[in-house]
Amino acid sequence: MSTKEYAIRVDNLTKLYRIGMKDKVNETFAGTLLNFLKSPLNNFREYKSLYSFDDVSLDDCDDQNQESGVLCALRNVSFSVEQGEAIGIIGGNGAGKSTLLKILSRITHPTSGRIEIMGRISSLLEVGTGFHPDLTGKDNIYLNGTILGMRKAEVDRKFDEIVAFSGVEKFLNTPVKRYSSGMTVRLAFAVAAHLEPEILIIDEVLAVGDTAFQKKCIGKMQDVAKGGRTVLFVSHNMAAVSKLCNSALLMKDGRLIKSGNVDDVIAHYVTSITDKTSDVLSERQDREGSGEIKIQSVDYLNEQGKKIESPLSGSVLVIRMRYRTYSENEFRNCRVSATIMKDHRPFILLDSSVVGKDKIVLSGTGYINFIIPELPLSKGEYHISTFIESDKEILDWVDAAAELSVIDGDFYGSGKCYPSRAWAGKTVLVKHDVNIVQDN
Amino acid sequence: MNKTDKTVIETADGWRVEDLEEIKEYRDLFYFLVWRNIKALYAQTIMGFSWAILEPLIQIVIFTIIFGNVAKVATNGMPYFLFVSVAVIPWTYMSSAMSESSMSLVGSRAMLGKVYFPRIIYPLTPILSKLVDFGISLLIIVVVLIYYNVPLTINVLLLPVFMIFMITIPIGVGLWLSSLAIRFRDVKFAMQFFIRMLMYTAPVVYAASSIPDQYRFFYSLNPLVGVIEGFRSCLLGQEIHWEYILPGAIVSFLIMITGAIYFKHMERIVVDVI
Repeated sequence: MSTKEYAIRVDNLTKLYRIGMKDKVNETFAGTLLNFLKSPLNNFREYKSLYSFDDVSLDDCDDQNQESGVLCALRNVSFSVEQGEAIGIIGGNGAGKSTLLKILSRITHPTSGRIEIMGRISSLLEVGTGFHPDLTGKDNIYLNGTILGMRKAEVDRKFDEIVAFSGVEKFLNTPVKRYSSGMTVRLAFAVAAHLEPEILIIDEVLAVGDTAFQKKCIGKMQDVAKGGRTVLFVSHNMAAVSKLCNSALLMKDGRLIKSGNVDDVIAHYVTSITDKTSDVLSERQDREGSGEIKIQSVDYLNEQGKKIESPLSGSVLVIRMRYRTYSENEFRNCRVSATIMKDHRPFILLDSSVVGKDKIVLSGTGYINFIIPELPLSKGEYHISTFIESDKEILDWVDAAAELSVIDGDFYGSGKCYPSRAWAGKTVLVKHDVNIVQDN
Repeated sequence: MNKTDKTVIETADGWRVEDLEEIKEYRDLFYFLVWRNIKALYAQTIMGFSWAILEPLIQIVIFTIIFGNVAKVATNGMPYFLFVSVAVIPWTYMSSAMSESSMSLVGSRAMLGKVYFPRIIYPLTPILSKLVDFGISLLIIVVVLIYYNVPLTINVLLLPVFMIFMITIPIGVGLWLSSLAIRFRDVKFAMQFFIRMLMYTAPVVYAASSIPDQYRFFYSLNPLVGVIEGFRSCLLGQEIHWEYILPGAIVSFLIMITGAIYFKHMERIVVDVI
């Protein structure tokens, strides 16, 4: 393929954001009063400066300059995508992947740089955009289809296919608010799956729902990629990326740090993430969420509540996440989870909602304990990702927040453990026994 | 595959004009958004579209009692019910389209961040969807005209012109206020006063002729004056006072054009700031 046949060419793309500026704190009542009176003027200046970056240069925000309140989400990113190529974009939270997608989808404008796109482009950053709960399934198919960039005639043509794919034939004339959440997602994905743009941009949020549905999503995306279309796919799920894409881009702190063959890039990413965990957790920038709560540290405790470096297989492990809130609010209906990852793939999900703790209220500072009575992991290196949301809004999410190295313990109560030789299938430990009965 | 389909994304600095070609590309979407607004508005109501009649009708009755019977506002000898009906109908359209259009961007935050289409479609959607209510509420005017036995004159042929004039007002105000509202939520609070103030400065409940002559020019700079006066003259067969109408028409046109330019200017930052 000649270099001329590019589908997307990105040239020196930069995107700056203003983040919240620090409030001046006054010590005197008079000062506070004066500030209050001046606040309309200050507010005006602040809102005005939100989109003006004349006074900022790229060097200013080199180390996430808190003083200027400028965040550099993308810096001088350049790459090109050939036609028919399926390319994955990977990187930790806050690396700039979503910003890149938003600029490519024309949702937000770049601060500087240029992009050329050849062909009709559609982006799927969410399924079911524009769904109206009061409208029927049929109405929503048309609405959502046109929102995603289809023409009415195109929806007409594919209508039966979409309905068949979604499996909600019987409820086409029912308002969507009466659908189960599963049905709504299926219908929304069915519409999205029938887009036929030349270039498709997909965010990982698509990979939600149950496993069967996820498989369907990935399968459909593979079809799209094989059909000669150009696909850009952002994901945290390395398995999905390596399955779907032939090449990948690795982003970190708004920079493009590696591109090329998908497996090489993933390998590079997995190694680099390991170095990350040495940073102080509360100061890490590669996190997602509103930031109103931040996990400060992750500690491991044993049965007696003593801090330990590394737990033993089969022993009690308490994973303690210390949190701190950065606002006066009380956060209700929180869901907290810790995911134990192996080789950057989710392995064990510890989650407050599945154990029935769904009325969690977080405020001030404190800690969350995840208690595993018998650690079923064998010797090895793992990572822990932390996640907090309140009323379905993500407050803090850090990928690979901490390392967890497990030491062989007497899981089976036999005084024995697996030999260090390469036996397959010994990562998760399951209590078992072996019986031998000799036929007479 | 159509390889000439090329999109360039660049920093958009400065002032640009709306790309009409692009809006045309998205006309199907525009249609469905308008239609969504219409369909969803009266979903799960008992009265359904009757609300489009009831709402202005109740307003007319209240005005007739307060301004017609209690305050006895001068109407040049016309029955007050008739006098106020032909004004309340366009007024109801303009005020509801204006307030909905002004909050359109802020109210569509979720969608703005997830999908791109020309942003000007957001404030224009309520302008069109509210026209359905307007069309239905015209029935009130028809019934009232028949009841009071008002003969139709040649003036009624000009009604479409005043309807177009009527539509330009919420377009202009909606473009300005929706783009201001993304930065300053003050718009939401100021809107209430603004609309109430507009109603009392426009001759909805009183006659424009009660304004002293020396203030007439300033008074008629308010485009609402022209629309209401125009509706009255067309439907009630009175002489058309162009001196009340033209200044406002020019003002409304200017508001619309500057609004479109300002909107385009703000469009590029809407997602980052909202």
